[in-house]
Amino acid sequence: MAGEMQIDTPIRAETGAEAGPRGPGCSLRHFACEQNLLSRPDGSASFLQGDTSVLAGVYGPAEVKVSKEIFNKATLEVLLRPKTGLPGVAEKSRERLIRNTCEAVVLGALHPRTSITVVLQVVSDAGSLLACCLNAACMALVDAGVPMRALFCGVTCALDSDGNLVLDPTLKQEKEARAVLTFALDSVERKLLMSTTKGLYSNAELQQCLAAAQAASQHVFHFYRESLQRRYSKS
Amino acid sequence: MKETPLSNCERRFLLRAIEEKKRLDGRQTYDYRNIKISFGTDYGCCIVELGKTRVLGQVSCELVSPKLNRATEGILFFNLELSQMAAPAFEPGRQSDLLVKLNRLLERCLRNSKCIDTESLCVVAGEKVWQIRVDLHLLNHDGNIIDAASIAAIVALCHFRRPDVSVQGDEVTLYTPEERDPVPLSIHHMPICVSFAFFQQGTYLLVDPNEREERVMDGLLVIAMNKHREICTIQSSGGIMLLKDQVLRCSKIAGVKVAEITELIQKALENDQKVRKEGGKFGFAESIANQRITAFKMEKAPVDTSDVGEKAEEIIAEAEPPSEVSVSNPVLWTPGTAQIGEGIENSWGDLEDSEKEDEDEGGSDEAIILDNVKMDTGVDISNIGSQDAPIVLSDSEEEEMIILEPDKSPKKIRTQTIGVKQEKAASKKPMKKRKKKRAVN
Repeated sequence: MAGEMQIDTPIRAETGAEAGPRGPGCSLRHFACEQNLLSRPDGSASFLQGDTSVLAGVYGPAEVKVSKEIFNKATLEVLLRPKTGLPGVAEKSRERLIRNTCEAVVLGALHPRTSITVVLQVVSDAGSLLACCLNAACMALVDAGVPMRALFCGVTCALDSDGNLVLDPTLKQEKEARAVLTFALDSVERKLLMSTTKGLYSNAELQQCLAAAQAASQHVFHFYRESLQRRYSKS
Repeated sequence: MKETPLSNCERRFLLRAIEEKKRLDGRQTYDYRNIKISFGTDYGCCIVELGKTRVLGQVSCELVSPKLNRATEGILFFNLELSQMAAPAFEPGRQSDLLVKLNRLLERCLRNSKCIDTESLCVVAGEKVWQIRVDLHLLNHDGNIIDAASIAAIVALCHFRRPDVSVQGDEVTLYTPEERDPVPLSIHHMPICVSFAFFQQGTYLLVDPNEREERVMDGLLVIAMNKHREICTIQSSGGIMLLKDQVLRCSKIAGVKVAEITELIQKALENDQKVRKEGGKFGFAESIANQRITAFKMEKAPVDTSDVGEKAEEIIAEAEPPSEVSVSNPVLWTPGTAQIGEGIENSWGDLEDSEKEDEDEGGSDEAIILDNVKMDTGVDISNIGSQDAPIVLSDSEEEEMIILEPDKSPKKIRTQTIGVKQEKAASKKPMKKRKKKRAVN
């Protein structure tokens, strides 16, 4: 207990407003996840990366509108709701990226003519929002028991003007960055499911970011595993 | 997705339970469910949980020009959204009757009761005022949305801080949070809605109905009140006739409940402020209960990225260099047109060419077949050793023509480009061969 307290104190200064930089080395912010916190959806999860927080709810496999029905697989829908105002083009674009990622891993063929709806609500945005959305969606899909061929996670990398690589950047770091790259990786082969980038970067930098994202994904999947182990433990 | 209908059995069961003064969740008639208020890291962000009903509130502000008829008043805007996350029956982007009713009630409860001093939101009369926008998102619907939403709205407004501004002459300066501490809104009082559900034409009454109870209720009475026992709004819906005594009794109950809730809100706000002042941990991460089995936290994890550079170099070294794409220089045919690369030559306006193409297309199918045959037969012929065979092939004019001019260039091109069609040709080959042999014999 005493040991825990000691670890706690230095971190305390950095959380909250999260103003200070996280040192030169790459690190992920603190993660937190709570599953099954909403009663109405079939699966739900709230995922926090630092101060970025996203709430996800999943309905499905459920009845589908005739107009959206696909005869040989499930219809996957992703809705992303911003915190203020109405969803715009930016949200639509993110929805599409998340949907394409989910479609790559969800075994929709097992539930033909049904709908799987993923609703994401941004609770607070403090950088790496898309990565957090992806992680929340994955945990909610797991909670809903939707069959998937692999888990997936999102990792955001930022390259600052000096060419330094920052993993899981904060909003401030994202704004100052020369390029921001977000990847979705699967848990089985660590292969790329989705990538979206902004800004200028070289071929070598892309590969570096990808390698860093793969290294970071180990931690995220480890986090998934531990949180699920805790959930299904007996005590 | 459609709402699952409530079966008659369930309906009867619920009503019988209410008649016996019992509620499914074990509450008494006048009990509220547990209220939990948690704050986000930003100012003006909160989540209110009323039992399982959950509402996210966020306040934002913007400098706008005021309405013409109210030049010195700031603008307050409320927007409650029923997200599909809350219940499967809520459709995104649709203004349902329920949504309109709830939004209107919120406006009446908070804007029309003048709980926010809108005059203090004026920066330059007639030119610049603050527009305060309150976004409320229903995250989980388990009944009594309006109470949860009204609590979330007032809590978010109390928690919110707007940037400080100063006016010097005509110049308006907006200060960032680093330059000057943001200022809170001036709030006169805190109106809170309390809902009463009536059953059996008003015989039975329940405070804070949950979703199941809302489905079997006959009518709903919502009273918005502040802690000074001043009624801000009252609304009865569902078409039940209430007696004067009933309304009075409800307002008395509302007074007690509002006092309790106001105290809770103030405690939550003070607590958050204290934590922020002391520089402790705050935000939603702290509101996740650690002992819950469904929750898990991980402190920040260092990621070893020292080998990233080498890995990237390896991958790049291993990867085959992209094949050199030779791009020819742009060719300018006529002013206003240009061509890069080796495409098919433009044949627009070239009448003769296009006509020829048409002809080719018409007979192309057979042409391929025969070209193939020709090649095959050529071998056959040499095997057999007779030289004059081609002349006697078949009766079709076209076929003959092809045999006589086997090297005609456009047809060769076609056989190469339309590879799929060669399959067809292959299937027809044997028959043709037989024909050929017969001819030789």
